[in-house]
Amino acid sequence: MALHAEHDLHSRRRSRNTGLGIVLLAFVALVFALTVVKVRQGGLVEAFDHQPRVSLTPVEPAPKAAP
Amino acid sequence: MTDINAYETAPEAEFGDYVALLKPRVMSLVVFTAFVGLWVAPVDVHPFIGFCSILFIALGGGASGALNMWYDRDIDAVMNRTQGRPIPSGRVQGTEALGLGIVLGLISVMMLGLVANWFAAGFLLFTIFFYAVVYTVWLKRWTPQNIVIGGAAGAFPPMIGWACATGGITVESLLMFALIFFWTPPHFWALALFMKEDYHKAGVPMLTVTHGRRATRVHIFAYTLVLAPFAVWLGLTSIGGPLYMAVAVVLNAAFIRGGWQIMRRAEDEAVADGYAVEKRVFKLSLYFLFLHFLALLVQGWIGGW
Repeated sequence: MALHAEHDLHSRRRSRNTGLGIVLLAFVALVFALTVVKVRQGGLVEAFDHQPRVSLTPVEPAPKAAP
Repeated sequence: MTDINAYETAPEAEFGDYVALLKPRVMSLVVFTAFVGLWVAPVDVHPFIGFCSILFIALGGGASGALNMWYDRDIDAVMNRTQGRPIPSGRVQGTEALGLGIVLGLISVMMLGLVANWFAAGFLLFTIFFYAVVYTVWLKRWTPQNIVIGGAAGAFPPMIGWACATGGITVESLLMFALIFFWTPPHFWALALFMKEDYHKAGVPMLTVTHGRRATRVHIFAYTLVLAPFAVWLGLTSIGGPLYMAVAVVLNAAFIRGGWQIMRRAEDEAVADGYAVEKRVFKLSLYFLFLHFLALLVQGWIGGW
């Protein structure tokens, strides 16, 4: 057997490392895609920006019309 | 003088060995039934959310498979069919399987909660617990009714799929559960009649050994009778329809007939023809479940009643 021949042990290790690498990358891609989908589903999100804004102030009930 | 010794040890695990711990063949059933449960639910789910839900339900099922292989490593080492599994063959350590099962189980439950809803996630956690602890640890080695109760774990996935879409449980999802739950015993016992595995050697009580083959035959027929009304009842709910009903009636009639034939046969008749009827009914049982869920899928697509 030639000296540079790869031992079975190393090919098995490579199989594990490559497999785990692919799984982790796929997981990252999945979470990213999921984030995009979830954010799009949530509609527009506005956070408080230290400035009163009409779109963020609570809606006051309309005054009753006088009879 | 220095000696170099290369000891003959078990080969190191490769990636496929860890995949094998997750029981991919069981997973395929989980994926299919969970997908149908999600698909037929009356709430529309974004396709990618649906895909992720099924993925993490399958991963949860895989995690419980790894926990099962960890706990059953002593049995697996004794029985011929399971000796080649990663742990008994020495490629994967038992504790590795335990760790993998726990970690993947937690990941799948957390992710399902984030993807779908926390009710479905809790349900998945319960299913993993049920299969890994209630079935594997408590009941499998204790009662010959083990596979009846273990069948419940296999019957939860369509309910989880339904819960991912709706966030709850309804009569439809309970009936999908019943369909798999009552199907499992006749399916498995028909196999046990002709496989004659060495369960007794491993100390697992199987109905064929503890109560005899005669009693097993009667049990098979009884369960096909119990199963039929639930399968037909499912056809009368909101997810049923003419197509599903036709499939259910034909398949259940055939399954009851098969159960009847198995019950009427004596053991020496079965030995004489090489368990031809038992093998036929077992094969039928595989189509039985697949076609029922396929019919639900198509019925959901074309619209029901």
